[in-house]
Parts: sequence; structure tokens; C-alpha cells
Amino acid sequence: MERRAFLKTAAGSAVAVTGGLSAPTIARAADSKVLRFVPQANLANLDPIWTTQYVVRNGALLIWDTLYGVNDQLVPQPQMVEGHEVTPDFKTWTFKLRSGLKFHDGEPVRSKDVVASIQRWMVRDATMGQVIKKRLDALEAVDDSTFRFRLNAPYPKMLFALGKSSTPCLFIMPERIAATDPFKQINEYVGSGPMRFMKDEWVPGAKASFNRFDGYSPRSEKANWMAGGKRVNFDRVEWQIIPDGATAAAALQNGEVDWWETPLPDLMPLLRKSPGVAVDIADPLGNIGALRLNHLHPPFNDVRARRALQIALSQADYMQAVVGSDDSLWKTVPGYFTPDTPLYSELGGEPLKGPRDYDLAKKLLAEAGYKGEPIILLVATDVAITKAQGDVTADLLKRIGMNVQYAALDWGTVGQRRAKKEPPAEGGWNIFHTWHAGADCVNPAPYIALNCSGETAWFGWPKSDLVQEKIGAWYDAPDLAAEKAAVAEINKAAMEHVVYLPTGFFKVNQAWRKNVSGVVKAPFPVFWDVTKT
Amino acid sequence: MFAYIIRRVVATIPVVLLVALFVFSLLYLAPGDPAAIIAGDQATPADVERIRASIGLDRPFVIRFADWLWQVLNGNLGVSIFTNLPVSHMIAQRIEPTVSLMLLTLVLSLSTAIPMGVIAAWKHGTIIDRLVMMTAVFGFSTPVFVVGYLLAFVFALYLDWLPVQGFTSISAGLVPFLRNLILPATALGLVYMALIARITRATMLDVLSQDYVRTAKAKGVGQRGMLFVHALKNAAVPIVTIVGIGFAALIGGAVVTESVFAIPGLGRLTVDAILRRDYPVIQGVVLMFSFVYVLVNLGVDLLYTLFDPRIRY
Repeated sequence: MERRAFLKTAAGSAVAVTGGLSAPTIARAADSKVLRFVPQANLANLDPIWTTQYVVRNGALLIWDTLYGVNDQLVPQPQMVEGHEVTPDFKTWTFKLRSGLKFHDGEPVRSKDVVASIQRWMVRDATMGQVIKKRLDALEAVDDSTFRFRLNAPYPKMLFALGKSSTPCLFIMPERIAATDPFKQINEYVGSGPMRFMKDEWVPGAKASFNRFDGYSPRSEKANWMAGGKRVNFDRVEWQIIPDGATAAAALQNGEVDWWETPLPDLMPLLRKSPGVAVDIADPLGNIGALRLNHLHPPFNDVRARRALQIALSQADYMQAVVGSDDSLWKTVPGYFTPDTPLYSELGGEPLKGPRDYDLAKKLLAEAGYKGEPIILLVATDVAITKAQGDVTADLLKRIGMNVQYAALDWGTVGQRRAKKEPPAEGGWNIFHTWHAGADCVNPAPYIALNCSGETAWFGWPKSDLVQEKIGAWYDAPDLAAEKAAVAEINKAAMEHVVYLPTGFFKVNQAWRKNVSGVVKAPFPVFWDVTKT
Repeated sequence: MFAYIIRRVVATIPVVLLVALFVFSLLYLAPGDPAAIIAGDQATPADVERIRASIGLDRPFVIRFADWLWQVLNGNLGVSIFTNLPVSHMIAQRIEPTVSLMLLTLVLSLSTAIPMGVIAAWKHGTIIDRLVMMTAVFGFSTPVFVVGYLLAFVFALYLDWLPVQGFTSISAGLVPFLRNLILPATALGLVYMALIARITRATMLDVLSQDYVRTAKAKGVGQRGMLFVHALKNAAVPIVTIVGIGFAALIGGAVVTESVFAIPGLGRLTVDAILRRDYPVIQGVVLMFSFVYVLVNLGVDLLYTLFDPRIRY
């Protein structure tokens, strides 16, 4: 071939190729029966009892149904049950399943499935399930559609326990699956929820697909968070795992995905300017940032040292570091419970209000016997929220004269090291950061971080008999007024003991294509009643 | 030759075993706890301990290694701690995207880098040579993720020609397959292209100053024949060597490229497994990569005989 002929052929091929490329054939998420969703994290497994990760709970809500479900007022509503009866002493609870409930394998949902599911859940749910288990005389399947709890002590919070959204939720599985050891993972994902999990198409770390379950019989009421008729308007919901935030943003702008659960705060201005993209708050209950102290070792085994941090800490500094310049996304929270919820209290929250007092903090540290020993601050630098909090804390500790040792780690390593009870100099720690979903802080039941039982408490192992006594009073509170009074007392006692330090209340956004409608604000993605044109 | 290949393949076994022991030890010593990740932030320390025991992480190092080695020798890479799926299944799911990305990267970079290197050497000291070397310096000095974001911005968001992310199997057609891969392969191939172009240029400069090239010119051999038949063939051995060595860089680059373009390949599987401390998956993937790397180098050694008949095994 002559050189000119070759060049002509090559140029012709190039034109043909680019001509093909310029055609508008990008595979858009245009099919109105398929919803393409980018979740907050990788869906690495789907056993919502074995693991308490939120992303697993969110996927599980499509597959499995619950006996009760909380609505946007945090009130549990009947979901799989038709109704219940309870004795005046709150000791005997009898429930009847509604008719027509079917698992994805075609088998009807029976009481024995419910009993097995509750048994497995009770072992793993530290805050409510285990409390019920301790009070349990019998849990029995009366007939195929009726089951009963017989307790040896009153438990007025039963409906909230059966319908709560905090992890682990009580999902109802077939008996053969629910019989699995609670500390071992299930292999079958058969539920009675509105969608079936397509296990054969699952590529962990990349894609998970859910097809509509035609046998699902939704309730007649309008859907409201975990309650009501869960009508999914899609034949298929595809979860696409996109680990890189910039790529996920570009995919949303380009119409390759429909809905992104947790866009990065620094990409929000870009998404707000994109013509086809809508942005709004994801979870109205938000999150509470946390500075967790180790109560076992000096200096924070002395309440004066913990109070030193309490009066020096500026929540505004933390929140601006976490969510940036958008002031509508955060506020200070001089308390432990979720703001704007019925039980919220600021009783005892004065130390977190007003000007910060570094001199008093230094004085308290000296009284606590602090003499410049290294303070091991564990910071998960691969998680933006913990990294931002860690940086502010490092600066704060220096300002009040503490010798901070900033341990930059990844979340996996923080998860391991925070479990160590050894002294900080021997591989332990003094401080780490995390955050708690607002849905877990609406009352003491799901609030494991507030538990003050010492050795069996959450990491940091705070011990306060007074806080525990007040939590007990809440469990026995018969009405809302009594609950409010009890929670206010818990807040006061926890503030005095400085169980941990709340670093502020913040919300995050979600983003979706404007051809998608019906996206609601909730602590988890709600797929029912969402439509796409 | 056949005996040599057999010897080399057999020789890979101790290498791969050593790699296995090294990786296993490294993971054992590295901080991090999959049980804490599985349990989630709401779990109690007691729950984390129970989970750790249930997945066998409380057993001594020697027993865990012996168990794993026995499994591997029986052709079983184990089961992922997190997904409960066989590691071999997870690797099989991810092979096509990664192999496709690497092959297209190789094709793109070799088909551009070798002519660039040859032309730069031929036009040594001219503006063409400088342009080629500038391109190579750009390729070397620009991180893969920067090139990736730039390409995605221009060709996906701005021009709207190509998708931002994802992978389409070749079974769905060549055009959709290439549409998804062309940007990542270009991003990944740039550094590889720069490496090969520079080596090709340097080797060609050396070859072009040899007596036999001058003799060929004197005998009236055409420019194209002289460059691509006589000179390039003699410069091929160092080029093939660098292609083989560069394969490791390609594996490392694929990890980043697959994350930037959300390609469900082995690179992302590796990163996800490392972040979660999914030990069986990390061990399985590293074992596979080391085996492939050894085989690629065997292939390179065999290619030497093709380009230089004096080499015999």
C-alpha cells in the first residue's frame, strides 16, 4: 500500500470512528422502570443481623419486611402485623400477622418464622433485643399467624423495639435462614419485602440489583418511612458502587445514575449548579459528631480532665470543619439527644454553651494531675468526617497545653485499636472520633454510645451508676411526659459525667436527577413512591 | 525449549509460595480488624470478639497459614470474610474488565510509543524529537488520576461523547465495550507509552549508530525498511524487557484507573479488600497477580528468541 493510500484509509477510519462516537448513544439511565442508585458505601454483604452497617440495613429494607416500622414522627406503625394486644402490666404482648404475606420463595410467612427471626435478632441487638431477652419467660408461636411474648417484667417500649430503624432492625426471615448462628453470616437472601435480591448478578464492590417482587402485598396506607404501603414503581433497582466522589458526581451530572445517597460536601456547589440535578437534605434527623474519651486511663479517667475538654471545645469549629461553609447544615447541640425531636433536652448542657475558657481548662487539667503525658489521638484519615474532627481536636489539645500524639490511621485500624483496653503507652488510646446517626439518638434505647455500664459499655467504657439509673427510668416511663423528664435527667447526668463530647449536630445532602420525583428525607433511602420519567 | 518452559513454570511455584508467605505475614502484622468493620460502629466490644472468633481470626498464625496453604494446594482460595462468596468466584467476576483494560492499554501504548520512539530517534535533535520527549515527560509526570479526571471532563461531561464510568462486557458488542474503556485505557496508557517511547528512542539511537546500519544505508536500503526492519528488530530486546517490567506498573496503575472510572476490575477488588481487611481476598488476588507477573516475564524471555536468534534456552 502506498503511504498516501494508507493515510487516506486511516483518516477515513478515524472519521468513521469519531462520527460514531459523536452520536448521542450514551447509555443514559433513561429507562423509567430502572432506578440507578449510588449508595453511601459498598454493599459487601447482606446480613442485617450479622453486621450493623447502615448500608446493609438500607439494602435489607428492600428485601425484608418488619413487624412494625417507624414513620417520620418516629412512631412505630403496624407493618407485617394486623394488630396486637397487650396486658395492662406490659408483660404479655400478643401479635397477629396480616394475611397474604409471602416470602420470595412463595412460602407464606408464619409465626414460627417470626419467632426464629426475633430469637436471632435479640442476641445481636444490645440496646433493646437483649433487654427483652433478659425479661423473657417465653416467646411462642400460638398458631400460624399469632405469636406472643410473655415477660417477667414490664416492657412498654416493645413496639418501638420491633419497628426501630436503628441497626440491627428486626427483619423477618424464613425460619431456616433465621436459625443461623447470629454471629455467622446467612447465605440466602429470601425475604418478604417489596424487592428480590438478584444474588447471581451481585458483584460485591460494584453492583447489586433488586427486582420487584410481584407477590408483595403492600398495606393500604400511604408509605411513610418504614411504615405504610411500600409500593415500588420500578421493575428493578440497581445499586452502583462508585467509590470516587468526583466520578459519582460526574456520573450523576451525565445522567448515568439517577440518585446519589451521600454526595461529598465539597462537591455540592458543583451539583447545585448542574441543570439536571436536584439537591436536598438527606436525613432530617442528621448526625451528632462525637469526641470519645477513654475513661479507663489517665488523664481522662478523672472527670476534671474530661470537663477541661468540655469547657474548651467549640462545636462551631468542628462543624465548619466537617460540613464547610453552609451554615444551614449544622448547629451546636448542648446535649446528647437529636435536636428537634420530642425528647430533646439541654438540661445540664451549660458547659458546652458560651465563650470557651482555655485558662479554666488548663487549671482543671492541672487539678486532675496531668503533667504533659502523651495523649494518643486516633484519627481515621480515610473518613472525611473523622479526619476533620481529629484535626480540630489536635489543635484544641495543643491550645490547652496537652501533649498530643496524632495517630493517622485508616478506619479499619481505628476500629481495631479503639477496642484495646491497655494503657495508651502500650498500644491503647485516649481519644478517637466518630459520629452517631440522629435516628440512633432520639431516645436511650438505640443509643449505645450513652451506655455507662463500665466494662460492657461502648468503647471508652464510661461508668456512671447515675446515668444507668436514669436510663432505666426511661425504659419504665409510661407516657411521653415521663419519658421527657427521664431523658432530661439522663442528659444532665451524662453531661456531668462527660460520657463523651458531642462536637455538634450536622446534616448531609443527597442528590438526584430532576426526572426523578418522590425522594423523601429520611434516615435511610426510601425507594417506595419514587418515580422516574 | 519445551523443557525450558516446563522448568520455568515449575520454578514459579516456590516464588509464588514465598510471595504467599510474605503477604500472609504482612497481613498478620498489619493493624486493622475485619471483625470491627463487620460489627459496625454500634457493636459492643463483646460482639466484635464473638465475630472475630466466628471467622477464625483468633487462631494462631501458624494454624491459619497452614489451613490457608492447604486450601490453596487443593485449588481453593477460600471464602471472603465479608461476602461469604468463594474468592475464586470474586476473582472470576473481575477478570474480564481488568484484562480488557490492560490489553487495550497495551495496544494503545505500544502502537503509539514505538513509532514515536523510532521517529524521535530518526529525527534526533529536531523539533519532532523534542515534541516526542515532551509528550513522554508529560506522561511520566502526570498522575493517572489527573489524566483520568481531565479526560472524563472533556470527553464525557463537556463533549458528551463517552460515558464517565462503568464497564460493558464485550459480549454486549464491540462499540459499547470500547466506549467504556477508551478513556481509562488512554489514562492508564500514558505513563506506559512514555516509558516505552523513551526506551525505544534511546535504544534506536544506539542501534542507528551501528556499522551494519551504515552498511545497509550504503547498500541503498530504504528509510522505512532500515528503521522498522533492520534497526527496530535489533532494538527489540530492551523494549520487550521494559514492556515486561512495565507490566507491574500497569497492575498498580489499574488499581487507580479502575477506581477513577468505576470499573469493576481486580484493582478495585484489591483496594476494597485491603480497606476492609478481607484477608482471603487480598491473599487470593496477590497470589494471582504474582503468578501472572512471573508468567509475563517468562513470555518476555521467550520473546527474546524471536527477536534475537542468538539467544537459546
